[in-house]
Amino acid sequence: MNLLLLIGAPLLTALAVLLSRNKQQVKWISLAGSAVQLALAFALLFAFRQERAAGNNAQMLFEQHYKLFESLNINFHFGVDGISVAMILLTSFVVIAGVLVSWNVEKMTKEFYFLLLLLGLGAYGFFISLDLFILFFFLEISVIPKYLLIGIWGSGKKEYSANKLALMLMGGSALILVGMLGLYFTTGYSFDIMTLSKANIPAATQNLLFPLLFVGFGVFTALFPLHTWVPDGHSSAPTAGSMFLAGISMKLGGYGCLRVATYLLPEGAKEYANIIIVLSAIAILYGAFATMMQKDLKYINAYSSVSHVGFSLLGIGMLTQTAITGALMQMVSHGVMTALFFAVIGMVYDRTHTRMVAEMGGLMKMMPFIATVFFIVGLCSLGLPGFSGFVAEMTVFMGSWQNDDAFHRIATIAAAMSIVVTAVYILRATGKTMMGPVVNAEHLQLGDAKWNEKLAAIILVAGIVAIGIAPGWLNDLLKPAAEEIMNRIAGK
Amino acid sequence: MPNATIIALIPLLPLAGFLLLGLFGRKYLKTSSGIIGTALLLTSTILALYTAYEYFFVYGKVNGIYQQLTPLKITWLEFSKGVSIDMGLMIDPISVMMLVVVTLVSLMVHIYSIGYMKGEERFSTYYAFLGLFTFSMLGLVLSTNIFQIYIFWELVGVSSFLLIGYYYNKPSAVAASKKAFIVTRFADLGFLIGILILSYCSGTLDFATLIQRLTSPESNEFKTAVTYSFLGASALTWGAALVFIGGAGKSAMFPLHIWLPDAMEGPTPVSALIHAATMVVAGVYLVARLFPVFAITTPAVLEIIGWVGAISAIIAAVIACTQTDIKRVLAYSTMSQIGYMMFALGVAKYGAEPALGYTASMFHLFTHAMFKALLFLGAGAVIHYVHSNEMNDMGGLRKYMPITHITFLIACLAIAGVPPFAGFFSKEEILLAAYQDNMAIYWIALITSGITAFYMFRLYFTIFWNKPHHAHGEKHGEGGFVMMLPLVILGIGAAAAGFIPFGEFVSSDGRPLESHFHLQFSILPVALGLAGILLAMWLYYKQNDKPAKLASSLGGLYKAAYHKFYIDEIYLFVTKKILFNLVGRPAAWFDRNVVDGFINLTGNTTQAVSEGIKKVQSGKVQQYAIYFLGGVIVLAVLFIYIWK
Repeated sequence: MNLLLLIGAPLLTALAVLLSRNKQQVKWISLAGSAVQLALAFALLFAFRQERAAGNNAQMLFEQHYKLFESLNINFHFGVDGISVAMILLTSFVVIAGVLVSWNVEKMTKEFYFLLLLLGLGAYGFFISLDLFILFFFLEISVIPKYLLIGIWGSGKKEYSANKLALMLMGGSALILVGMLGLYFTTGYSFDIMTLSKANIPAATQNLLFPLLFVGFGVFTALFPLHTWVPDGHSSAPTAGSMFLAGISMKLGGYGCLRVATYLLPEGAKEYANIIIVLSAIAILYGAFATMMQKDLKYINAYSSVSHVGFSLLGIGMLTQTAITGALMQMVSHGVMTALFFAVIGMVYDRTHTRMVAEMGGLMKMMPFIATVFFIVGLCSLGLPGFSGFVAEMTVFMGSWQNDDAFHRIATIAAAMSIVVTAVYILRATGKTMMGPVVNAEHLQLGDAKWNEKLAAIILVAGIVAIGIAPGWLNDLLKPAAEEIMNRIAGK
Repeated sequence: MPNATIIALIPLLPLAGFLLLGLFGRKYLKTSSGIIGTALLLTSTILALYTAYEYFFVYGKVNGIYQQLTPLKITWLEFSKGVSIDMGLMIDPISVMMLVVVTLVSLMVHIYSIGYMKGEERFSTYYAFLGLFTFSMLGLVLSTNIFQIYIFWELVGVSSFLLIGYYYNKPSAVAASKKAFIVTRFADLGFLIGILILSYCSGTLDFATLIQRLTSPESNEFKTAVTYSFLGASALTWGAALVFIGGAGKSAMFPLHIWLPDAMEGPTPVSALIHAATMVVAGVYLVARLFPVFAITTPAVLEIIGWVGAISAIIAAVIACTQTDIKRVLAYSTMSQIGYMMFALGVAKYGAEPALGYTASMFHLFTHAMFKALLFLGAGAVIHYVHSNEMNDMGGLRKYMPITHITFLIACLAIAGVPPFAGFFSKEEILLAAYQDNMAIYWIALITSGITAFYMFRLYFTIFWNKPHHAHGEKHGEGGFVMMLPLVILGIGAAAAGFIPFGEFVSSDGRPLESHFHLQFSILPVALGLAGILLAMWLYYKQNDKPAKLASSLGGLYKAAYHKFYIDEIYLFVTKKILFNLVGRPAAWFDRNVVDGFINLTGNTTQAVSEGIKKVQSGKVQQYAIYFLGGVIVLAVLFIYIWK
């Protein structure tokens, strides 16, 4: 399969949106375009599986090379392994759901959809790039639309949040850039991940560059204590903005931490692994406790994201094949789940015009569909079997436990304790908003989800259920790829 | 080998019911939901009975031992080589017994609910949830893998949550459902860590392999596992103890029992199914499933299990004497009876003769399911009739509810251990097992059986005799055929199930166990039971002020028992005061003010610095020249300094 299709489809859709004449056209073109992306992502999945089944065991499949700046050795190099395929699939799910829930955006509709599609484009490009320079380019493409989405279509203290988010992410990008250039100059002028992965980089250099790259990407994925853009950014962003932010952008960071920092600098990863573990265990538990005290639904999900994403970083820090597989599963799972959570919070907000837990009650009566989805995503978040969160968290736990010293054990137990705290805050939020007596008589007039909202919810629920009930397919994608990474770490 | 398809259909049919009714019930199947759910479950029950027949009588014993069979095992998620979560079907005496118990009680509840829940707005949702629960519970008992059991364990937890919170607009129901989920989740954390430890020690998640490796001293895994230790106990001991915590949470053992009485907020048939007969015995089942590990490798944990069971049995029995909500009395009674099953396992050994406790525990689980489900369904009929849960609103109902009265009496006799009803046989076996192993537990159990007879007949006399409190203006019936049929069927079970030669089928190692009856041994417990009944009759047969006097003369003890020994208050203190106020609130504050404050400070400082530097770029060439000169001088001084 030609990977350029994955960049071409969103690009064409975005251009078509710019040329369209009215809001209806904008919406339908976006929907059609994102449906094509979804189809392409599935086509990629099947093509990938077919190649693997046919015995093609190359690390990267469907590779393509194009010369760009020959003198600087910067080239287009695309290719995918199981991790990229899973991430692309995740992106396509979030994009189509984001397009669907934004159906009622009235303000500057064309620009809104254009930016959404551009953000998606950045993510697709990022996940297929095997050249650091191009990868960085796509990473930046996905930052700028976020600033505008929050600044223009946001709510609350949106300028503050937009500034904070853009500045912190730019700060992270600056670290990545320095780290990248460090790699480029120490390894004989190459940005190519596959070349770099075979290079012999001295341990001292690795120890210098690893923190730059890991922290740089870490900012994107809410590495404690650099997570503070998350609550503000999410709470101010429009619904689709939050979905993209938590569902896709945070995953760019996690992917970078693994593919770039850990994979290319294994000695550095070993050196700093314990610090990563400490920070992520703190994020998991402390994020969960902080969530317990939040009163705004979006803050609840934002802090809960900090806690959940901590599992990805914990899995990476544990440096075992199972834990890394779990970390990747958690990225996919959390991406779909959190997008769904923000989507359903948006649906509630559109109707009640509040996000404060205390101002809602008994919504199940008026909006059974929305309430059911809220329940489902809540149960996924608290790690109920049958949904994706359980599979991912358990894989991380099993992988973490393979390290048999007290430090790793205590960190794992600390992380596991979050499953109780998560249950507390999820059940408090659902119990108060969806169950119980109706607190506001005006809410009795409210209606249930519309077709576009239903479709978005069903697509995302299908995602978390498909992983939760039959995790084998995702495991098959991620495990061999995690093994390649582990081989490099183990020095094989 | 029993047919895998047939066995797989037993849990899958209720699942189909859940999906069908959950997705389409509200719109299209509103009135027929009950019939559809019941029909599916009836099929499951028949298949379960057929499986039991096949297993025990057609397939039978090999070399005198009932075999453990796995007709189906699929790898669901592979972590690393040899360590994977499998989904499979395990057929052995206890799982076959549980299949029968679960499907039978669930079928009774399905039939009963057609009448009891008639006219409810979310009728189809109710049946969908019942289907989900039954599926999860059957999946749990059939598990071949310790992680599979954990998965279904969580699923029964969530079905219980959904059904307790069925009346979702009632704040007390919402609170109870949350409490049940969170308390058991806390216990499940122990279970999870226990699984991690045991799987690490044994290098597998598969039950059969795990048990085999952890119980044979020759295996490599065993040799390495015993070398690990932590805080004075071996890693295996910790793992087994943590797994037991999971079981204790689900089975409402002291001190993790606080969710069970509140769970009575759910519809009464649900309490009969989940919080009396099936889900709450999952902890007992778990201990039985891993029994060889407990008995051979970690006897210390088994002793703890014995004591936890005994303490739960007596505490719950004392509390039950003071409660006035009939469902809460039954809830505490359930906790007390599960305590019996638990300590019966605790006093058992693996192997031949001293393993009586294991058989007794499973036997009591079986008979208890019959009479406790019957008690709850009977209580449901009473509540349906008087529209109240309070004992004080009842009285003299024997004339209006003859079938309920008789079946309730049978169940009370059974639980009180009066021969020849079912509870007598199983309780005698438990007492005998305790007598052979641990006299202290035996005495606790003996006293508890007297108290049990007392509080059950306190309930019986207040409901059916005493002075009628209810204004029986409207003469509606007992609840119709669908509600009475399950009572009668379970009544027959509660009366006759004791005659099943249980040791013939279920024992710790699959070898039939002969049970002997010692007549002289039975005299004491039966006499105590009768004394309890007579005391209850003296106090509650007719309306009088003796109970009130007795309560006031007991003073502090009565008050403490009435307030459930203030255990709820202790929990509330720990969670509200400590976790929320001392951990949660500071964490949230710290994040907003310190962590984010630091980030903002960095931002503001950068801004302030750039404001300062901004003036430097003034555009005046003279100024630049001065800066340039200054820079040159500084560099020159530096170089000279270094050079020297």
